[in-house]
Parts: sequence; structure tokens; C-alpha cells
Amino acid sequence: MAASTAVTANYVLKPPPYALDALEPHMSKQTLEFHWGKHHRAYVDNLKKQVLGTELEGKPLDHIINKTYNNGDLLPAFNNAAQAWNHEFFWESMKPNGGGKPSGELLALLERDFTSYEKFYEEFNAAAATQFGAGWAWLAYANDKLKVVKTPNAVNPLVLGSFPLLTIDVWEHAYYLDFQNRRPDYIKTFMNNLVSWEAVSARLEAAKAASSSSA
Amino acid sequence: MAIRCVASRRTLAGLKETSSRLIGFRGIQTFTLPDLPYDYGALEPAISGEIMQIHHQKHHQTYVTNYNNALEQLDQAVSKGDASAVVKLQSAIKFNGAGHVNHSIFWKNLAPVKEGGGEPPKGSLGSAIDTHFGSLEGLVKKMSAEGAAVQGSGWVWLGLDKELKKLVVDTTANQDPLVTKGGSLVPLVGIDVWEHAYYLQYKNVRPEYLKNVWKVINWKYASEIYEKECN
Repeated sequence: MAASTAVTANYVLKPPPYALDALEPHMSKQTLEFHWGKHHRAYVDNLKKQVLGTELEGKPLDHIINKTYNNGDLLPAFNNAAQAWNHEFFWESMKPNGGGKPSGELLALLERDFTSYEKFYEEFNAAAATQFGAGWAWLAYANDKLKVVKTPNAVNPLVLGSFPLLTIDVWEHAYYLDFQNRRPDYIKTFMNNLVSWEAVSARLEAAKAASSSSA
Repeated sequence: MAIRCVASRRTLAGLKETSSRLIGFRGIQTFTLPDLPYDYGALEPAISGEIMQIHHQKHHQTYVTNYNNALEQLDQAVSKGDASAVVKLQSAIKFNGAGHVNHSIFWKNLAPVKEGGGEPPKGSLGSAIDTHFGSLEGLVKKMSAEGAAVQGSGWVWLGLDKELKKLVVDTTANQDPLVTKGGSLVPLVGIDVWEHAYYLQYKNVRPEYLKNVWKVINWKYASEIYEKECN
């Protein structure tokens, strides 16, 4: 999806933009089969059941996320709604033969806001490594600045007022089959081999457009 | 394999000295990983040996290591009178210290079947469970449901409220100890529902883990704690 706030009104389990074995050896087919096929699927299915017959039924996903975030006093559907959104965003944050350093405007902005790609890497890595328990680390955009954010459980930058650009899932189910407890190795593999900078760039363009149209 | 919680004294690497006398000689107590009172494979098939080994040697060890590091940094910050450093260290101490405490309880909450794992509680705890939950099955059903419903990482507990003298089922997030839900709560049985506790074996099916873990719950230990706290 190009826009960071893409609406999925039908709450569909969208497949990743690559085959389930396409990220090997960095992220196994088995992981994708469980992570997408079971975890993500359950969030979507359970969300559908949860909003049925309520005022949330049929509303766009980002609407449900914001409503049920309820300023931090989470309502029951938040977990499923946000996790459905987060996982679709996560698959699209990766690609086969991805990772490494971006180029062009994205690199320039990372250098502007973090002083170097290496410093960005360090900060993103630290956020992902120190999010205690379940959660996510993000590169996000707000007020014309890039920043690294970490969030617990299902929380995402949408509810914190910024545009998500990139995410890594650090719930244990995201890496346990491939890395067991070794979350630092998983983060390194993600950064070096999986990140789709094309997706990040596209989302940044959408974020900038959305920001200027509301300015 | 005997369980032991070894505390070793270690002197702070920086003795303070004024011109004429020794100001401080402080040993900080550090912690070590307690041994399991059974082999890694002894809880099979309820919990795999692979999980037990990684859970104990990697996850619990990491909590111990990080706890010790945080305590050493805290000691230094306190000696230097660095108030903000002291405050900044609190979350690392809470996460890792509580992780160590919770897992130390957890290993005692489990036992191989041939050593009484899964045997229903007798005596006063057995009666109290029947009184408060109708039956052991009622308690198991409630704890399993609440454990399955924990979003993200956490624990499900059977606790004793010392003040009100009643049994309580509750959950905590991450490594929050049961006492964060009530100052007079004493943990009797804690079940780890972090994904690392079951994922390699049960994958996403946490309810299946919760169904099987009861086969190795060590009610003897829970009864000991209960009887001790009630007297």
C-alpha cells in the first residue's frame, strides 16, 4: 500500500507481496506460515467477529483503531484492529533481497535527522532491542521530521499522531522459530536483508502529501 | 539437582578514600541463575526439553545478568549521589529483577509427573480452592481462560490475599510481579504466558499450552507457601 493510512474497510487478510518462502533464509517459510497464516489471520477474523453488530461494523480500519485507542484507555477491539493493520504494514515493509542502506532523498533525510545512516541504524536497533515484552519499532514521520519510535503490544504511530514509514515486529512470535531468544540477531537480519526502502519511500511521499494538504 | 539461589558478595570496584580514612567499603549482592530441580526433559510431553533449556539458560539467565548489571550501575549512581541516574535505572531493575523473581517461582511451580507434577492439591489449599472456585476444575478453567486472554506478554497467577484471607486469580503484564495488583497478594502458582514459554512446541495455540501445563503443576509447593502464609 502506498499511503501510510490505507483503509481496509473489508478487513481482508491480504497476502504479503511475495511468496511465503521468498524471504528465506532470513525469515523462514515456516515463520511466514504461522505469523501470517495463523497470527495475522486470527487478528482479522477476530476483528470481524468483534465489530459485528456494533457501531464499528463497516467502518474503515484506521477509524476503528483511533476510536478504540481511546486516548490510551484501550477498548476491546483495539488489539485486533491495530494488529491487523500493523501486520499488513509489516509484510509490506520487507522484500526479498532487501535491507542495507537506502539512497537518494530517503538517505538524505536519514542523514539530516539522524546525522548518518549508521546513527539511524543504531537508534532503530536500540528501540527494537529494548521494547520490553511484545511490541514494535518504527521509523515514523511527523512535523517534517523522521524519528524512531517504539511501541508496546498493538500500539502504532497512527494513534500517536505520526505517519508510520517502516516497522519491525518484535513480538516473540515474529522471530522465535528462526532465532529463539536472539532478538538482536533477528533485528540485524531484518536491517541488513529484509527492509524494503522502496516501500518506505512511497510511504514518505504519501505522508508528505498528506501533511501539506492539511497545512 | 538441588535448587539453590546463590548470592555472592562482590566488592564494588571503587573504594572511596579521603585523605585520612576509608569512607565506604560496600559489597553488593549479585544473583545467579538457580538450578532447576529436574532435568530439562523431565516435563515432557507437557513442556518440551528444548523449551525448558532455552527458557532457563537463555531467557532467565539474561534477566539475571541484566539485573546484576543494573544493580551495579545503581550502586555506583547512589554512591555518586546521581539522583537522575538512579531514577533512570528503575525500569531496568523492575524488568530484570522481576523477571528473575518470577522465573525462580515458575521453576518451583513445575514438577515432573513422577515427582507429583499434576497431582491435585490436598489439605488446606485443596479445600480453599473448592471454597473459592467450586472445584480444582473451576480454578483451572478460570486461570486458563485468563491466561489465554493476556494480550502481549505476561503471567496468570493464583495468589493468596493475606489480608482478606482469600484466593485470587489475576494476570500481570510483562514481568510485573503479582504484588503490583495488590500489596497483600502472595503468588502461589504463576504460569508464564510469554510466547517464549510455549512457542517452539505449541506455536500460536496458547490455549493448548494452558491445557497441558496443568499436568506438571507442582501443587505441593503451592500448598507449602499457602500453609506458611496462613499461619
